[in-house]
Amino acid sequence: MKLIRLTAIAGAVLAVCFSIGDASAQNRKIKVATEGAYAPWNFVNSAGKLEGFELDLGAELCKRAKLDCEFVAQDWDGIMPSLLAKKYDAIMAGMNITPKRMETINFTAPYAAGPHGFLILKSSSLAKMPGGEYSLTKDLAGAEKAIEELKPFLKGKVLGAQVSTTNLNWAEKYFKGVVEIREYKTTEQHDLDLAAGRVDAVVVAHSAAKATMDSAVGKDMAIGGPAFSGGILGLGVAVGIRKEDNDLKAAFDAAVKSAIADGTIKTLSMKWFKIDMTPKS
Amino acid sequence: MDFDFLGETFVRLLSGIPLTLELAFSSVGLGIVLAVALALMLRARFLPLGWFADAFVFVFRGTPLLVQLFLIYYGLGQFRPELQEMGLWWFFRAPYYCALLALTLNTAAYGAEIVRGGLQSVPAGQIEAARAFGMSGFTLYRRIVAPIALRQALPAYGNEIILMIKATSLASTITIMEVTGLAHKLISETFRSFEVFFAAGAIYLIVNFAVTRLIWLAEHRIAPDLTLAERTAELH
Amino acid sequence: MPAKSFLELMQWGPQGWLDEMFFATGLTLAVAVTGFLFGLAFGTIAAIAKLSRWRPAELAADGYTTVLRGVPDLLVIYLFYFGGSSITTSIGHMFGATGFVGLPGFFVGTLAIGIVSGAYQTEVIRGAFLAVPPGEIDAARAFGMSGLGLLRRIIGPQVLRYGLPGMGNIWQLVLKESALVAVVGLSLTLPELRLGDLVVFYETRFSDLLRQAHVAAGSTRQPFVFYITAVAFYLVLTTGSTWLFRRAEAWATRGMRRV
Repeated sequence: MKLIRLTAIAGAVLAVCFSIGDASAQNRKIKVATEGAYAPWNFVNSAGKLEGFELDLGAELCKRAKLDCEFVAQDWDGIMPSLLAKKYDAIMAGMNITPKRMETINFTAPYAAGPHGFLILKSSSLAKMPGGEYSLTKDLAGAEKAIEELKPFLKGKVLGAQVSTTNLNWAEKYFKGVVEIREYKTTEQHDLDLAAGRVDAVVVAHSAAKATMDSAVGKDMAIGGPAFSGGILGLGVAVGIRKEDNDLKAAFDAAVKSAIADGTIKTLSMKWFKIDMTPKS
Repeated sequence: MDFDFLGETFVRLLSGIPLTLELAFSSVGLGIVLAVALALMLRARFLPLGWFADAFVFVFRGTPLLVQLFLIYYGLGQFRPELQEMGLWWFFRAPYYCALLALTLNTAAYGAEIVRGGLQSVPAGQIEAARAFGMSGFTLYRRIVAPIALRQALPAYGNEIILMIKATSLASTITIMEVTGLAHKLISETFRSFEVFFAAGAIYLIVNFAVTRLIWLAEHRIAPDLTLAERTAELH
Repeated sequence: MPAKSFLELMQWGPQGWLDEMFFATGLTLAVAVTGFLFGLAFGTIAAIAKLSRWRPAELAADGYTTVLRGVPDLLVIYLFYFGGSSITTSIGHMFGATGFVGLPGFFVGTLAIGIVSGAYQTEVIRGAFLAVPPGEIDAARAFGMSGLGLLRRIIGPQVLRYGLPGMGNIWQLVLKESALVAVVGLSLTLPELRLGDLVVFYETRFSDLLRQAHVAAGSTRQPFVFYITAVAFYLVLTTGSTWLFRRAEAWATRGMRRV
């Protein structure tokens, strides 16, 4: 068995060859990229397999859209360039719809939505930040007032966020100059640094924050301060698709709509997030 | 190629140069001290010292710098309570110090071999002659061994400085925003890998060229009798 | 979830990570070997160009070695990672292909390492060739040898002899450099292999050693265990290959007079 595996590795190494990809969606065979480092949305288990909310949901959406989907792992920082380069045809990686991303790619209807905020250590002085819930879309003035009230707490602290995320954009827009902002390639890395006390807080989606809190590294962590959503934090998590792929968008849109309507998304969301993350229209 | 964007990128990346140079020169500076200590340990008559130095050089030369960096940064980060107790946490808390430590230990391991080579190049006859003149211990090292070894080791050390300037790019993987870190951020924001690579590559080439020239000047002052051609040959 | 012990984490099988780390070591070796061979190809071409005495070729080869030895390897990896597909697509278009020309991630990553290591190999190959005494070539010519015979019997063995120590150093460099692909997450997916009803091999995705340590560290939140294991595995690789290169050197210099 071992020998066969090794022989197979050697064989594959020798069989390096050019592959000319077919970009069209007509054949109903597509590749879907996910990050594999964003539990519980998508992650790699100890058997080396991809798992998570988006893997379950993706299989369901593909079945409804009559697509033959193959999931591939792709690092977050290269996830949009590789979509444009047609390495795969769709992204399901906890990616939020934003106007900035819409300049480059297209999105389907959102399949999940949830608030963002700070993940902190329970012992931190940031635990005293006031709570609340704010929408940057519906009540920008109120949200910005709440942000102003956070600044005295955060002054001089170190914030972590993942590179090219709405969380990072939000932190840079509102807290630049007040805090030091560090950028990480993956959320797992900033979680490790939060646990180690190298950063005082990380800006994350609450869904991911809760998964961290449930893991070994997060036993001393808590969500601090208010919950924010909408605006530059994104308009919901959706499938990312190349602009010209209108057929694929239509197929996914219909699948997402039906999965919302019959409660599939709610069921999967309860399974993975323990709360309902179905987007409210 | 979009030259406006290229120019903008170049200017934005320039702000990373101080950090790149700071990391490179501090690690080489600290690394030399450690390298000399290691090289002397390798020659020590007290065997455990030699074994320690051997093991140090073996581990740091036998594994990738990136692994060493992650082990120090993420690996030791796991032991915060213990490190806090020892009063070392302030050091390991900062990404900058972790990068500096990894780079210093790494260059020390390579430097130890360079210094050892330099020490070995000192002709036995010269040492014997010095002994005959009554020199010994520190004086022998300061007046005979060190100058000869230094001259021999300099070209190799010049190479090591260039390698370290390149190696500082790895610090970007632990949130340090030196030139490569800034370049990575720009690529993932704009998806324009060509222009960013072009600008960042040019910066490194210019910096390396300038540093190479400075090293040549330093060598010329220390060993004016070696011809330029000889030194160039040794650098390759 | 309580923290697991070292032995629990390092089990063989689906419960632990030892099997993943083991196969990841295999991929690291595959990346290094492939990268080294690409480098040998680039290095040989550049060395020939430098020795050609044809100005444009010399200049191109000089430019190649200067740039690739002066720019951090990580930057080259980023260029290939982010821009790789657009490079191959445009090359494909030059040869008349249409649409997207993609390359497996493994190929792109090892090509990047090959281009970097080729710049170092150029100097070793050039130096080894120049070390062959010209008198021996003249003598062989006088015996009527030429072309392939001359290359195979006189130049080849001596270039190998003089070049091996330098190549050994570069191999060590490449082996360590292969860790850089972890930053961009190079992986190799092997398809399922069946013989009749028997599944010989399930579809599996391999990461390199450092990446695997990174993934396991993220998943278990126990980074120290996995990075220290990676250190140990790298030491096995470098020590093993140092030994092999010593054997090869002894073989290549057999029968040589020692002075």
